[in-house]
Amino acid sequence: MKFTGKVIKYGDNIDTDVIIPARYLNTSDHKELASHCMEDIDTTFVSRVQKGDIMVGGWNFGCGSSREHAPIAIKASGISLVIAKSFARIFYRNAINIGLAIVESEKAAEAIQEGNTITADLDNGILHNETTGEDYQVEPFPAFIQTIIENGGLVESIKNGSIQ
Amino acid sequence: MGMTMTQKILAAHAGLDKVEAGQLILVNLDLVLGNDITSPVAIKAFKNMGKETVFDKEKVTMVMDHFAPNKDIKAAQQCMMCRDFCGDQSITNFYDVGQMGIEHALLPEKGLVVSGDAVIGADSHTCTYGALGAFSTGVGSTDMACGMAIGKAWFKVPSAIKFDLKGKLNKYVSGKDVILHIIGMIGVDGALYKSMEFVGEGLSSLSMADRLCMANMAIEAGAKNGIFAVDDITKAYVKEHSDREPVVYQADADAVYEKTYVIDLSEIKHTVSFPHLPENTHTTDEIGEIKIQQVVIGSCTNGRLEDLKAAAEIMQGKKVAKGVRCIVIPATQKIYLEAMEAGYLKTFIECGAVVSTPTCGPCLGGHMGILAEGERAVATTNRNFLGRMGHVTSEIYLASPEVAAASAVTGKISAPEEVL
Repeated sequence: MKFTGKVIKYGDNIDTDVIIPARYLNTSDHKELASHCMEDIDTTFVSRVQKGDIMVGGWNFGCGSSREHAPIAIKASGISLVIAKSFARIFYRNAINIGLAIVESEKAAEAIQEGNTITADLDNGILHNETTGEDYQVEPFPAFIQTIIENGGLVESIKNGSIQ
Repeated sequence: MGMTMTQKILAAHAGLDKVEAGQLILVNLDLVLGNDITSPVAIKAFKNMGKETVFDKEKVTMVMDHFAPNKDIKAAQQCMMCRDFCGDQSITNFYDVGQMGIEHALLPEKGLVVSGDAVIGADSHTCTYGALGAFSTGVGSTDMACGMAIGKAWFKVPSAIKFDLKGKLNKYVSGKDVILHIIGMIGVDGALYKSMEFVGEGLSSLSMADRLCMANMAIEAGAKNGIFAVDDITKAYVKEHSDREPVVYQADADAVYEKTYVIDLSEIKHTVSFPHLPENTHTTDEIGEIKIQQVVIGSCTNGRLEDLKAAAEIMQGKKVAKGVRCIVIPATQKIYLEAMEAGYLKTFIECGAVVSTPTCGPCLGGHMGILAEGERAVATTNRNFLGRMGHVTSEIYLASPEVAAASAVTGKISAPEEVL
């Protein structure tokens, strides 16, 4: 998996209530959810996000509610990859289950700045910062999780019998 | 190397003699839960999996509690989708308006979870049932769909933090103060990916309501689950509510804990979490005058009969302060009825509070008490994130039912002792 995109950066403890406020959870339509993504902390996100952009966060990204609407809203807004110092556990598994690529790296999330262009090579565990020339090594996923991702998420993994 | 309580339950449900922290396993589930917000997404995923029927119609449950009674047409459509699915699948434990309550108060009350169970729910506060000595954790809708389809979920076996409780709580201090104190101490990611295991002689002074409240907020420290050692109080509760036999798992004497905290319950003070994170805790003796416009007493954290009793005893014969809206939400129909029979609801209404039908409502900014620009609320709920209860400039202060009741009377954040 390889992605190149421009960075939109946020801070620590980005919770699922700000990723997609509960007042919009009366729908599960991906486009509608994406149209309100991040609006309580960043009213400009929806208008400036470009397909393929990379979101960077600090510690405990995605904390709070279990709403899968949060990674869905991020993915549907065009974000290709989320890099954070750490992820809240439910968000982490939801992202894997729906096929939103995520990478946990304290060093990368600290160094990468808003507006940088990043090329992520997840198969080899390397994030390259095109703007600064820096490389960041990241941990590859465990094999079990890699299987889910390679199958295109948990639904497909069940469907094709790779998880029974 | 021994196993923690959580690891023992997970090993037993994965058909393994032993598991270790970090191991990835597939776990057989005793119950799969969803609500009116998360289930529609799960139902779509379930259908995409090409499955015709759920793995066990007795072991899937849906509770219409978040935006129910329906707050708008879209919410009504979502409930309809759940209702139709449960009807088609002949799901036994479908709880609609009239039978429903807030899911995490309802399931233990209905006896759907007992000690030793492994439970997932597409709601982050599913960790509540750890109070019963079960492994239970919040997941997303796709995990719920997988659970409905094959009765299994994948987990990375968690390491654990031990909380050794000693002593006894002071009067008007409750489980909410303890868990807010703990989150203040370890932070909102202090137990990230880990189990929080509560043990010790101090447990004997904690009611099931206290324990359910504490396990409920394990997620607010980032934990995978919170779990309490099973004692006579747990056994009596399970026996009263369920026909199923509990299975008691104790941690091995040589179980590995990343850290142990010894907590003297007698030292816990009235604790309040300031905006916008549950870890921003202060005790009521160190805060100045913070005026409020709304009080919410309810939720899966503190909407139980014991919570309403504590609030009613403080509010008895007093009035809600001018300029404050006090909203009381019994968490289930049974609690509602019992609070009515005990006279608590009469007390609230005579004080000038309103009493609502069970719903998650204002806790997540759904309905029944949304905050306007700049308003402040004291709430017995579990999260005070930016904009969670309404306008992005509004503020939520998390507190116990005792502090919330006192604050409703004074119009500012107050310790119960100020009004007694």
